[in-house]
Amino acid sequence: MTTTTSPTAPVGSPGGAPQPPRSARRRWPEGRATRAFRWLATGAGALILVVLAAVALFLIVRAWPALTADGATLGEDISWFPDDSSLLRFVGPLVFGTLLAAVLALLIATPISIGIALFISHYAPRRLANGLGYVIDLLAAIPSVVYGLWGAIWLAPRLSPVWQWLSETLGFIPLFAGPAADPPRVILTVGVVLAAMILPIITAVCREVFLQAPRLHEEAALALGATRWEMIRMAVLPFGRSGIVSAAMLGLGRALGETMAVLMILSPGALYSFNLLQAGQHQTIAANIALQFPEADPTGVSVLIATGLALFVITLAVNMAARAIVARRKEFSGAN
Amino acid sequence: MAKRIDVKDLNIYYGDFLAVAEVGMAVEPRSVTAFIGPSGCGKSTFLRTLNRMHEVIPGARVEGTVAMDGVDLYGDGVDPVAVRRNVGMVFQRPNPFPTMSIAENVLAGVRLNNRKISKGDANDLVESALQGANLWKEVKDRLARPGSSLSGGQQQRLCIARAIAVKPQVLLMDEPCSALDPISTLAIEDLIAELKNDYTIVIVTHNMQQAARVSDRTAFFNIAGTGMPGRLIEVGPTGTMFSAPTQRATEDYISGRFG
Amino acid sequence: MTTLTPGAAPVAPDPSDQTRAMLAGSDRRRRVTDRVATGLVVTAFLIALVPLVSVSWTVVSNGFERLSPYFLSVSMRGVFGGMDAGGIYHAIVGTLLITTVAALISVPIGLLAAIYLVEYGRGRLARWVTFFVDVMTGIPSIVAGLFAYAFFAVLFGPGVRFGVVGSVALSVLMIPVVVRSCEEMLRLVPNELREAAYALGVPKWLVVIKVVLRTAVAGLGTGIMLAVARVIGETAPLLITVGVIDSINFNVFEGRMMSLPVYVYRQYSQGLVPCAPGAADCIATINYDRAWAAALTLIIIVMLLNLVGRLITRFFAPKTLR
Repeated sequence: MTTTTSPTAPVGSPGGAPQPPRSARRRWPEGRATRAFRWLATGAGALILVVLAAVALFLIVRAWPALTADGATLGEDISWFPDDSSLLRFVGPLVFGTLLAAVLALLIATPISIGIALFISHYAPRRLANGLGYVIDLLAAIPSVVYGLWGAIWLAPRLSPVWQWLSETLGFIPLFAGPAADPPRVILTVGVVLAAMILPIITAVCREVFLQAPRLHEEAALALGATRWEMIRMAVLPFGRSGIVSAAMLGLGRALGETMAVLMILSPGALYSFNLLQAGQHQTIAANIALQFPEADPTGVSVLIATGLALFVITLAVNMAARAIVARRKEFSGAN
Repeated sequence: MAKRIDVKDLNIYYGDFLAVAEVGMAVEPRSVTAFIGPSGCGKSTFLRTLNRMHEVIPGARVEGTVAMDGVDLYGDGVDPVAVRRNVGMVFQRPNPFPTMSIAENVLAGVRLNNRKISKGDANDLVESALQGANLWKEVKDRLARPGSSLSGGQQQRLCIARAIAVKPQVLLMDEPCSALDPISTLAIEDLIAELKNDYTIVIVTHNMQQAARVSDRTAFFNIAGTGMPGRLIEVGPTGTMFSAPTQRATEDYISGRFG
Repeated sequence: MTTLTPGAAPVAPDPSDQTRAMLAGSDRRRRVTDRVATGLVVTAFLIALVPLVSVSWTVVSNGFERLSPYFLSVSMRGVFGGMDAGGIYHAIVGTLLITTVAALISVPIGLLAAIYLVEYGRGRLARWVTFFVDVMTGIPSIVAGLFAYAFFAVLFGPGVRFGVVGSVALSVLMIPVVVRSCEEMLRLVPNELREAAYALGVPKWLVVIKVVLRTAVAGLGTGIMLAVARVIGETAPLLITVGVIDSINFNVFEGRMMSLPVYVYRQYSQGLVPCAPGAADCIATINYDRAWAAALTLIIIVMLLNLVGRLITRFFAPKTLR
């Protein structure tokens, strides 16, 4: 940001606009308005940083009582807080559940998203591709509470036999140890619904990256006698690798913070458990807040805000990493 | 290792737009055929129909026959992937794969057909292909470096090495020197002169001197106006084409009156 | 001397057959791999259609029956048990008021910040703003709700629940979306237009308002509509900041408010009604029925916003960019 003291000289626009000729007669009013407008706009930009800082600050302020209290007091004051525990031991399983649900969603959604993105960028006829992109974007427009309703009432009963089958055939793997809960209010169902919710964002980023794959290299591969798939493996996927990673991280960030689908589907528990098909094992931070907050007393609210702070830090880290990868990638493509 | 190509009544379309009309000519084996003509006359488009790269563009199609040893490349039972495997191509701008090393770039096409090529065979092939492209001496000590670390002219020769490593029947070159400096251009032209002992070579060039220097036969393409299809005006031995062309347009173009 | 060579193919059949074999593409493994990859890619796309189609279908088929003028025009006041009554009027009112206030907060801030980034943004502050706007789009909605709650709790003491708290929470989610889409639109305005205006001696702020904003107005409208559509379905932040209520509340500064997404959740979480056998006026699934109908209303609103947003560009963009 240039801070020029000349009252009439506006800051050069990004395109390098020429400075207007000075008009001596109307010099002051113009200058003042221009300067006021610039400060207004700059202030709005700065306000965004302030808001982000305020989010962190107010969460810390309200979480402070819980952060400083010892576990025994919290256990006495709050009905749902386990006795002889500590805040850290309380948050632990929640963080675990949050990560588990998000990672499951990511494992399901990423390969599918890459497939959809490739379909749109390299398989579908050009005219169809734009329409398909729009259809996938529509998926993102559906509110999360509707996904929750759909997942709990429509999808869960249909997944139940699949989970039964999974636990019977693959039950020897601890992940799928039976008996599968029925109704399947389990973390794997949550993972499937979350996957549907993060699919659009991962697809959108991957599609952008794949469409940017240099035509030059695609043709080089084809001219060597590569099939379409071999061309994609030689010229598209290596080019898009970092884009795929950042897309997945963005999806992860979204899945970590999803509340309603988890709240409406999962039967909560507070264990470090890898039993994906059993109920009452897991809970996520976001869903726990939404569940307990309406009835919580001030100490309880403080504890919940402390868990929210943990979620904020985790998603912030994931998103910053994702954005940093995207930004670095931009520099690379600019250099080429 | 070198086949002839016979083109007959070929019409090339982008969607409904007729880009090149009624081409008929023969490409002789073990010789260099040059395509010349003004911009937009369809010479590159025509070149890309010889290995079915044309149809990579959505909506592009052809009518007529392109026959290699009497087998129509567009006929039933012909796999475009196999066509491209046997008709190699070098592009206007050098395009080595940026994520692969020099050696991997040379082997890129070979590995498609033969994934389990032994290390010794692979090394021999890299050496012979790079030697065939006159690049071996310059890069033999840095085969593991990325292909993009080379100069433009070296990258283009790397692309030629990559194309001849799969031992194609025909080698198509689409203005291979237009992005290169004069010294690199000379190196490529020398290489073309050597390669024609083993391969059928077709080269598109904007540069008439280059066509005169490297080719045995020359085909002149022209276009009557924008929106009109490009056409093959005449084709013949390069010497005759440059000294005594039969068509007026050819003479005008060659003498520099337009284009 | 154009050499048309009819019948130029060598008479000897041998090389021709050889060539035919060579061009037939013999490697079966590679062709199969390619087919399988194509199959997987198409399957991935079809899988993505499953949630889209089944969500739309279940919501429409389950919600259609209960969605009626009556349902849209009454609240839940005095409705209990399995009564065949109650509606979403209070929730629609709440959603519209809360979202409107959120838009009133977010649009000026977001638009000005976008103007800053496009017209003035240079150096470190601009880079930070760009980066953190991106980061801010990833804030979980529940965290935005907690922030709004904490913010008002510091000002007014704990336990406050009223409409504006929810609006502030939604604003935190909405501002980065507005900034992103407005920034994109403003960057589309050609620099020649700005330069032409500067050459006439028009001061910068007037150039921005009269030239840049006016040129981009359709795109800005679209961006804002899509941003509203994004936040209008947010549930979690409203659940914890505005709470739930069964009656109508028009005052965003006092008292709890219902909103459509929270209504859907509330009805769902009340579950099936235990009807006495033979009870005349008792529908066991009434809560789910209401949830579906409210979800249908919500989706219709979101899709309308999306549609209007895109229509704005379609009908107004060519005119403004002439």
